[in-house]
Parts: sequence; C-alpha cells; structure tokens
Amino acid sequence: MKCKDFLKELNEYLDGQIDVQLKTELEEHLQWCHDCYVVCNTTRKTIEIYHDNDVYPLPEPIRERLHQAIVTKCKAKSEHQG
Amino acid sequence: MNGIESKVAEPQTEELALVEAARSGDVGAFEQLIKRYDRNVFRIAQHITQNREDAEDVVQDAFIKAYRNLAQFQGNSKFYTWLVRIAVNEALMKLRRRKTAKTVSLDEDVTTDEGSMPREVADWSPNPEQLYDQSELGEILQKTIQALPESFRTVFVLRDIEGMSTEETAEMLNLSVPAVKSRLLRARLQLRERLNRYFKKPKRNGAKPQ
Ligand SMILES: [Zn+2]
Repeated sequence: MKCKDFLKELNEYLDGQIDVQLKTELEEHLQWCHDCYVVCNTTRKTIEIYHDNDVYPLPEPIRERLHQAIVTKCKAKSEHQG
Repeated sequence: MNGIESKVAEPQTEELALVEAARSGDVGAFEQLIKRYDRNVFRIAQHITQNREDAEDVVQDAFIKAYRNLAQFQGNSKFYTWLVRIAVNEALMKLRRRKTAKTVSLDEDVTTDEGSMPREVADWSPNPEQLYDQSELGEILQKTIQALPESFRTVFVLRDIEGMSTEETAEMLNLSVPAVKSRLLRARLQLRERLNRYFKKPKRNGAKPQ
C-alpha cells in the first residue's frame, strides 16, 4: 500500500466505517510509515478539537432575545389559525 | 475513535410528543424544542455565513419556518435533522445574497489536489489544546476554519461538529455521497495542515512553534 492509497481511506478509517481486511492493511502501513501515522493522528485530533470546543457559543442574553422574538411570531400564527 | 458522536442524542418519543403538541398550537412545547436546538442552529449558521447578524437571523427564521411548516414534518426523520435542513438553506441563502453583492463564486476556491500527501507532516504536542488558554484556542480554531472554502467548511461542520451522517449531509446540501466524502477529506486535511503552525512540537533546539 502506498501513502496515496492510505489517504484515500483515511476518512473511513477515522470514522471506523471500514471492513476488517482493509483495516488490517491500513494499520500495517501505519506501522512503518511515520508520515501517514502522524497525518492520521493529527487529523483525528483536529476533528476532536473542533468537536469538543464550541467556536461560536451563543450568549444567554442573545438566546433570550431570540427566543422571545420567535415565540411572539409563533403565537401570532397560532391566533390566526384560531 | 469509533466515529463522532452526535452532539444531540435525545429520546425520540419524548421529542415526537413535543413536536405533536407544537403542531396542535402549543407554543410552550415548541419553546422546549427551541431551547434544545438553538445553540446548534446558531453554530451552524455562524459557520456558514461567517456573520453574526446573519446567524441570529437564521436562528429566528429557521425556527419560525419550522413552526409554520410542522404539518409537513414526517415522523420518520429526526426533528433535529429536519430543522437543520431548514437552517442550512436559510444560511446558504444569506451567504449567497452577500456574496452576489461582491460577485464571488461560491466554489471558486475549491481547487486542491485531492488525496495528495500533505505538504507538511509535523507531529503535534501531546495535548496541543493545552498550549493555549481557552480564548486563544477559540480564536485559533475560528480563524482556521474560517479560512476554508465554504463548501468544505459546511460539510465539516455538519459531519464532524454536528455529527450528521454522510448521507444526511449529502441530502441537506444536495450533493452526492462521494462529493461529501471528498469534501470532508479535504476539509479535514486542510484544517490539520493549517493547525500545524499552532500545535506542532517545538524543535529540539527549543524554538517555539511559529
Ligand atoms: Zn504512508
């Protein structure tokens, strides 16, 4: 297996959506190819960091303002329906 | 790591009861659904539009639209998935409106060599996120993901941040499954490469990462 072939399967490997046979081949490649090993680990870490850190938290006062605006409009709609 | 878990995992039946109640005009029940998902909708919208005001508008418009169209919601999909589809559409519309003003094509910047070995292969510090304090880290992550082309960014956000499946993401963005996979791979690799400069191990001579 070449690095190019490893990279093609990287998504499925990281997501764990891969059959046992292919997984074995990929892990064999990882054992001797340091570059792919590093790319694999740091890509996994990239996903984890973005998953675990909310880049855009919604501040509570804004939440409340948004809720009120939404609810007001929804109520208006309910009344139209009668 | 066995796949990324969804950030929203709620018991289906309880949620369907809320949807049913909201459908028959119970705004209080709908408010429960708003509280449950507003943060996700805001995050997705902000990632897509890159604009705070637009993102807040998307939250409002998406929930109002969802409420008005609850009759069309089919119980066979998750409410969250259905809601996100509405939000993504609203956000993309906002983005396109702004972009047309600047006459920039949405996908003009998506030419990268697919599947080629990354330029820089540097190992990272064991706990790279601990090299920075929370607000610094937030800035780094924000800056880095903002630099991705929109079409990669959106796929990454839905798939890896919000935990949608590849199929759900494809359906939401009107893309084929292979297209989602290829964009996701490029998004992941590009983010990784761009984070190198912040997270890589210091050189042996003690030089700090630049
Ligand atoms: Zn390799």
